Amino acid sequence: MVKQAFEGIKIAEFAWLAAGPFIIKYFSDHGATVIKIESSTRPDTLRQTPPFQENKPGINRSGWFAKYNANKYGVSLNLSHPKARSVVEKLVKWADIVIESFTPGVIERWNLGYEEMMKINPDLIMMSTSAQGQTGPRAQQPSYGVQLTSLAGFVHLTNWPDRGPAMVYGAYTDFIAPYFGTAALVAALDYRRRTGKGQYIDLSQYECAIHFLAPLILDYGVNQRIHHRMGNRSPYAAPHGVYRCLGEDAWCAIAVFTDEEWKAFCSVLSNPDWTKNERFQTPSGRKKNEDELDQWIEEWTKKFSPEEVMKQMQGARVPAGVVQNNEGVYGDPQLNARGHFGKLEHPEMGFYAVESLPFKLSKTPSGLKQAAPCLGQDNYNVYTEILGLTDQEFVEFSEEGVFS
Amino acid sequence: MLAPYLALDLTDEKGFLCGKLLADLGAEVIKIEKPGGDPSRQIGPFYQNIPHPEKSLYWFAFNTGKKGITLNIEKDAGRKIFLRLVEKADFVIESFSPGYMEQQHLGFSALSRINPRIIMTSISPFGQDGPYKNFKGPDLVVWGLGGMLYICGDSDRAPVRISFPQSYMHAGAAAAAGTLIAHYYRETVGEGQHVDVSAQQCVEWTTAEIIQIWEMNRLKVGRTGQLRVRPTTGAKLREIWPCKDGFIAFRVMGGKAGAGFMKTLVEWMDSKGMGDDYLRKRNWEELDLGKVTQEEYDLGEKPIGQFFLAHTKAELCEEAARRRIQLLPVNTNEDILKDLHLSVRKFWRELEHPELGTTITYPGPFAKFSQASCGPWHRAPLIGEHNEEIYQKRLGLSKEELISLKKNGVI
Repeated sequence: MVKQAFEGIKIAEFAWLAAGPFIIKYFSDHGATVIKIESSTRPDTLRQTPPFQENKPGINRSGWFAKYNANKYGVSLNLSHPKARSVVEKLVKWADIVIESFTPGVIERWNLGYEEMMKINPDLIMMSTSAQGQTGPRAQQPSYGVQLTSLAGFVHLTNWPDRGPAMVYGAYTDFIAPYFGTAALVAALDYRRRTGKGQYIDLSQYECAIHFLAPLILDYGVNQRIHHRMGNRSPYAAPHGVYRCLGEDAWCAIAVFTDEEWKAFCSVLSNPDWTKNERFQTPSGRKKNEDELDQWIEEWTKKFSPEEVMKQMQGARVPAGVVQNNEGVYGDPQLNARGHFGKLEHPEMGFYAVESLPFKLSKTPSGLKQAAPCLGQDNYNVYTEILGLTDQEFVEFSEEGVFS
Repeated sequence: MLAPYLALDLTDEKGFLCGKLLADLGAEVIKIEKPGGDPSRQIGPFYQNIPHPEKSLYWFAFNTGKKGITLNIEKDAGRKIFLRLVEKADFVIESFSPGYMEQQHLGFSALSRINPRIIMTSISPFGQDGPYKNFKGPDLVVWGLGGMLYICGDSDRAPVRISFPQSYMHAGAAAAAGTLIAHYYRETVGEGQHVDVSAQQCVEWTTAEIIQIWEMNRLKVGRTGQLRVRPTTGAKLREIWPCKDGFIAFRVMGGKAGAGFMKTLVEWMDSKGMGDDYLRKRNWEELDLGKVTQEEYDLGEKPIGQFFLAHTKAELCEEAARRRIQLLPVNTNEDILKDLHLSVRKFWRELEHPELGTTITYPGPFAKFSQASCGPWHRAPLIGEHNEEIYQKRLGLSKEELISLKKNGVI
């Protein structure tokens, strides 16, 4: 068995949808013991979100849920049951880290805020992850990924200048916050190791996401410049675009930054006459005549598949890449050579595809061992073996609906 | 929180965020630039729109809290100095082409011979191995090969990226997470390791559930502009809506999650005299977006769309926040800087730039910690700003040595 970085670290996850469970994936895939707490009345919303295996909806059949929750134990617990309290206290006492993603204020109403948890486990590290943070006028306004992605400025910057803004697919800010959340939690673990002190962390997805547009914030503050969507154009390169290729909805991205790359680009095209035009001989000339340039280029790319364009261009050291759809990404030679896609066997879904974390640690690599849990799958093991309930207590609590 | 640790940051714009996050968390981060300054100082926008290596707002934004020295690690003398720094360092972060550090005899094995505890983090477009490892990978290319480009934009045109390049934001931030995971292991077990970050893999992680849609259902995901298409019914449901002076984001929803705020919205429309019979009579608990037909959905979209068009972004968003309706603005960078919510949370940091005689507003702490503050602490370094501090005070080089190193183009 290869060693893993977080062996021995214990995490209780009261989080749902993407951002919170994704933060904890960084820990569970590196060997932490994670207990994910749900209830049958309020399971993780992603469980009810497509795609479902074989297109058959079911609480244990969502591929999206399964993506973030491998290597975690799954238990069900009815938090509004009076006897649930003692179980929660055992969980909190057991845990190094508790993460929660309820609407701000909810966990305090259950008497499970950080102050309360500290009484149970004084050196606990607790993270609340939410859309817009625990405080502020909009703290309790609900929102989903596309809305938050709009709030954080990305949607306004997506599409062509002559069109309205387009959605950024999915729930973009949910995929930004996890890096920050992970870094924050590891820093807190390190701090606790050195000082013995736990702490509380308030993570706002909105604030994390703004860091990905930071220079634009500075630009408004200093120069009062408002930034708008500009298709695929870049101030530093021309050509810089996505070009139609041979095939249905087939595209290749090409980006030429330097004169050296421009020369190589022209030679890949066999230096046709138009490339010798005066207008295209300097970066500023190419920039100025970019519409015309793009038309010439597409005349050429249309004759080849995107893969062929990429191969020819990269072979000449010109930046180019296939604009891959989901089928293409899943079959991508580079991602597969990196071992990016794994398969796990799930009791209800059979084998399903799941991605590995985006980096490799040379001595303690992340690993995919156990499929995402069915709802309440690990109740017996977790409540008795890990939290120490007797078999009799387990049966009683089950019958009374504490674990529903 | 990470005050005891030292990071050497050799990255260009592909890896800035990694060192910045470590610096925000309190680590000492020394940015090492080529003599004359990193070429990424040429990236705009610029302070008062004046292109100048000491005025790049791009450089400013991602190098806060770092110290800066110049050093040519391609020269023997420079390499020796770098290795002396490595002896004392906890992290080395680099974003050169795969293989470059080995060519300089500064690969992970060389560094860990000098300091077995060192963690080396390499950030590259496609990772350190695999058939594309030597491909050139600017943002647009990585965004395309990672799968995020194809699915954004309108179906009748080419795919579009986000107009502020994102691939290396992900790579840099993921690198910080990976570096710290290795750090945790090092602090418990005692040995360092190499962290190999692929920007393409990071981008793939931003594509939500498209891989599972393909692998489970063999469906392709295309571009749908402002609408979301339900795979089961083909119904197009609106996510981005025009209003009087811009756009807002909102989704008609049913069931437990949606019924409450849909009823609130209908009441609000009624109160403005823009109510609608269909909306009033609709049983929102029973609305199932997976089953609703286009015709039925459109009955609701039309009056709601008209209501939004009759109001400004500010009117809609203020009232939606008050009534806790899931509706948020399509913000510009100006809107974000003026967002009251963020100033109430004291998010912004004013950092001094004495050379420019001004302060500049920066995005503040990425998280709020009860036991420690989080950066940004101070403005990004000037070219070679900390040469003296690091070379003389830290490494004990003499003034004469420094002068000779300068003469030889080492620093």
